[in-house]
Amino acid sequence: MLAIKDLCIKFPSRFGDFTAIEDVDMTIKPGEIHGLVGESGAGKSTVGAAVIGLLAAPGYIAKGDLSLGDTDLRKLTPAQAHALRGDRISMIFQDPQTSLNPLMTIEDQLIETIQAHADVSDTEARARAVDLLEEIGIKNAAQRIKSYPHQFSGGMRQRVVIALAICTDPELIIADEPTTALDVAVQSQVLDLIRRLAKDRQIAFMLITHDIGGIAQIADRVTVMRQGRVMETGETRQVLGAPTHPYTRALLDAVPPLDRRIARFRVPDESSSATATATKGNQAETWLLAGEKHAPMGLSLDQITVQFQGARSALWRKPEVFRALDEVSLDVRPGTILGLVGESGSGKSTLAKTITGLIAPTSGTMTLGDETLPGGKARNRHHPSRQLIQMVFQDPYSSLNSRHKIGAILAEPLWFYGFVQDQKERQELAAAMLALVGMQPDAIDKYPHQFSGGQRQRIAVARALLARPRFLICDEPTSALDVSIQAEILNLLKDLQSKFGLSILFISHNLAVVRQMADDVVVLRNGIIEESGASEELFERPTVDYTKTLLSQTPVLPAQWQSAT
Amino acid sequence: MVYFILKRLIQSVFVMLAVAFLAFSLFRFVGDPITQMTGVETSVADQERLREDLGLNDPFILQFGRFTGDMLQGDFGFSYRTRQPVAEMIATRIPATIELGVVALLISLLVGVPAGVFTALRPRGIATQAILMTTLVGVSIPTFVIGIMLIFIFGVQLGWLPTFGRGGTVQIGNWESSLFTIEGWRALLLPAITLGVYQLTLTMRLVRAEMMEVMRSDYIRFAMARGVPMRKLHYKHALANTMVPVITIIGLQFGGVIAFSIVTESVFQWPGMGLLFLESIRFVDIPVMGVYLVVIAFFFVLVNLIVDLLYVAIDPRLRVKDVS
Amino acid sequence: MIAFLKRHEGLWLFVHAPAAIIAAIVALLIMLGAIFAPWIALVNPYDLSSFSLFDGLLPPIWEEGANTKYLLGTDDQGRDMISSILYGARLSLVIGISALSIAAVLGVGLGLAAGYYGGRFDAIVMRIADVQLALPAILTALLIDGIARGLLPAAVQQDLRVAVLTLAIALSLWVNFARTARASTFVQMKKEYVLAAIMMGQRPTRVMFVHILPNILGPLLVIMTVDLASAILLEATLSFLGIGLPADSPSLGTLIRIGMQFLLSGEWWILWIPTLFLVALVVSINILGDFLRDVFNPRLR
Repeated sequence: MLAIKDLCIKFPSRFGDFTAIEDVDMTIKPGEIHGLVGESGAGKSTVGAAVIGLLAAPGYIAKGDLSLGDTDLRKLTPAQAHALRGDRISMIFQDPQTSLNPLMTIEDQLIETIQAHADVSDTEARARAVDLLEEIGIKNAAQRIKSYPHQFSGGMRQRVVIALAICTDPELIIADEPTTALDVAVQSQVLDLIRRLAKDRQIAFMLITHDIGGIAQIADRVTVMRQGRVMETGETRQVLGAPTHPYTRALLDAVPPLDRRIARFRVPDESSSATATATKGNQAETWLLAGEKHAPMGLSLDQITVQFQGARSALWRKPEVFRALDEVSLDVRPGTILGLVGESGSGKSTLAKTITGLIAPTSGTMTLGDETLPGGKARNRHHPSRQLIQMVFQDPYSSLNSRHKIGAILAEPLWFYGFVQDQKERQELAAAMLALVGMQPDAIDKYPHQFSGGQRQRIAVARALLARPRFLICDEPTSALDVSIQAEILNLLKDLQSKFGLSILFISHNLAVVRQMADDVVVLRNGIIEESGASEELFERPTVDYTKTLLSQTPVLPAQWQSAT
Repeated sequence: MVYFILKRLIQSVFVMLAVAFLAFSLFRFVGDPITQMTGVETSVADQERLREDLGLNDPFILQFGRFTGDMLQGDFGFSYRTRQPVAEMIATRIPATIELGVVALLISLLVGVPAGVFTALRPRGIATQAILMTTLVGVSIPTFVIGIMLIFIFGVQLGWLPTFGRGGTVQIGNWESSLFTIEGWRALLLPAITLGVYQLTLTMRLVRAEMMEVMRSDYIRFAMARGVPMRKLHYKHALANTMVPVITIIGLQFGGVIAFSIVTESVFQWPGMGLLFLESIRFVDIPVMGVYLVVIAFFFVLVNLIVDLLYVAIDPRLRVKDVS
Repeated sequence: MIAFLKRHEGLWLFVHAPAAIIAAIVALLIMLGAIFAPWIALVNPYDLSSFSLFDGLLPPIWEEGANTKYLLGTDDQGRDMISSILYGARLSLVIGISALSIAAVLGVGLGLAAGYYGGRFDAIVMRIADVQLALPAILTALLIDGIARGLLPAAVQQDLRVAVLTLAIALSLWVNFARTARASTFVQMKKEYVLAAIMMGQRPTRVMFVHILPNILGPLLVIMTVDLASAILLEATLSFLGIGLPADSPSLGTLIRIGMQFLLSGEWWILWIPTLFLVALVVSINILGDFLRDVFNPRLR
């Protein structure tokens, strides 16, 4: 049993010690899955690293007790601690792509781990490894074990990672975001596996995640953390169903529900930041609404196919052709939001790039408003669509040029499209636009790195709007953000859409988010449209199996818990 | 995998062709070959006849084709200066340079790799800081100064080692080797160290940087979390992964070894190709310059092909097909 | 505020890196000395009338028989060592910096374009770079020197020495810039701010120079420092090999070559003092380069 008491972790820095973890208490019993939730910066991973003794330098444990069974983890010598790792405590990392040594076979890595903690022969260790892989759900394990990591798919690789973590029968496993890098279907399998292992083998799990739905599915107990402190802890049902702490309540409010559509997210301190809704007479708003033709503009794709040349595998063989999009047809009705759903590799981003002209379709036609939209290189640099279509990107950390001031970033479209000639006027308008998206206008003189992810995404939205677009593509605009920030950005997008009559293509892998945003939905899989239709209809009564499994496998809060909030 | 090697082979051929072209252009356009070959007393008519005989009036492409064809058959033309066949001149000089280069490269690897590993595993230690500072000074001292310093200390002041020439050599077939006599080794030592020091510092810094990068990777952290024994962790997991990029760079470094062998050979009067090249530059002996170029490029290409093969041997991602 | 701290970050690290401070001071002093050589040097080593053979072979002042006028002694021609070194460093730096500038403009331009356009253009540039790599720096420089000897008449050769040497060094260094710029550009090309600029329909030159270039300056700055050291070393090496600059306009390398004649005699200062200067200059630049690398790649710290 793991017991953490009064844990304090500090990171010395030149501005004095920074306290990352403060007075954290927690116990995890054998066979128990203990969820550790919180947004970025909450210190979840730091707690996990401290328990396994791999705290990143120069962090150190300032005070508190850490014990596993009768062993005081803080009293171990480095050699003892290393011997204990793997043997009694193990760990699962987030990204299965990078957590296995690419140069060694699965077999070598398993045998090496088993032999590090038990005095067994090679044959014995191999037999144990094969059994384990079978148990974990890898078919034909005796053969597959000879493979190298790159020969497994992402989900299989995460299974191998789990096999490596449990091959020495540890008492405790720290799983740090074990499903974040995986697709929904694989996610639920891995979660099932973890639940099974906890039950069958009586392994205690510390499940670190930001995914509240996943926690609700499998965790026995939950600890909610924020900025290094425990906000609330208890039975999962109690914490997520009847939260007592206001932070937990706010967190749960921000989680988009999959089973219904809500008008707006409840965001606790929005009243101060969301001047967005109450900006009558804002200069930017007036400017945007003063655009000549204000009629909403739709976009339709007709049988768009995109093919890529695969890598040439042999000189005498033709390179294989990869079909990223296969005769995709869809329609974004003027003034509405079309949600595009799909797992990784489904072709979502290719679709966005095709519409914006970065990728040329192999065949098919695109129409923006009443005009045909030329694709790829055929669309010259001065084509009107370059202004009419704007995009909000996924990663707010890379979508703004970090060497340019916010003022320059926002003034660029105004200058580039020739909207405003006067430099001073451009800056004024940019400042007004910042106010419109809920930011302080003085941000103009700052650089992107001075802002948080959510603030940057607001700036990115402002930049898109300053091009006076008629059509907006949002490519996973919130997937890099914490859930409470996500709620704010989604609210903002909804407000702006209704105010300016924009047509939006909203791309996401998150079904719940799409349900909150979209009027119509298209489900994409391997470049083919599986299902499309009006949003509410599709979510309530999916007709295609793929959509059904996707919906059923998305981890959500049980409905009866939600009624309590 | 076959495709990967084949692709590299084609690239190598391209590089060789380009270098051959360079050598040919040198020969053809830098100075007039006819005036170089004939004396002042040769009449203009004779010169013209020679020009026609040698095919120098043929179309450019044809001449280049012939030039390349001759090269492939081992016919490298004649030196303007000594009137000897260039092939012979180079052949007698090759062993000296190769022995020097290989011993220098060995020194740089045998010292550089362990030092790089050591400093990567103890990034904050005092010994590491000292080694790093020393190597920084090491890369900053020009090779010829290192040579002069070694000559001054071990040759002049202490009188332990010879300061020029190859010492005793043994003839094995066409290969004149200094690796089989003590005298030969004594003569080889200072030049090889001179040449090796610079490469050594580069190798060490590279291994260190790559190793530190690898040590931070997820799979090392995961191996750490599984309690894989430290020795295994460092040498089996980390070092193996470090070697993948390091090997590539070492292949590229071979070029550096050859280049600086020119300097080293000049300082120690080491009778290798570099010295020959220097002489040929001084006397504008174009054919020798051109052939030297081609030979060096050939070695470079060859070493890089070997590197590619090693690459395939180390990295299963290049060897084994994706199953899933 | 954070921008200030960020900018402070480099400054803060600098203040706490004594080696970097000393290196910066040494490099700065040598550079200032080189720039103001005509005003602070005792004699002009190019002007035969400004020194006299009678002052020849005087040792530095701490040795016996020194003349206090010549702090670090004189060479066999009677030239003041300090003056020769200052003028030599001046020449070395002029050649180094101009070669570096040419290499940087050429390399960064090609590398950026290769990274931006990719495909065939990239392949061609990289194949040329491959060929260049197969012929290492010294070889390239020697070769260009040899070609110049073959092509230019002897009289012009002397006048163009510096230009030929500069070009030779520049041509052997551009590959570093091109490869670094290309690799960094590839990374930036995946960033969404670049996609945004391309989607807007901005001109490729604007995307490359206004958007991408400022973001890849860090690694380029490191290369620039390290290559300045290489350029100075390369010039010294070529001059040492006797194919760089002639004895009547000595660079640091030439001075060392002249000093080699005194390796076995007692006049050690004629060899070792210029050598020390050269090494001090290059070590300082390299320490600064190392420091910059640490600042831009904090993970190696």
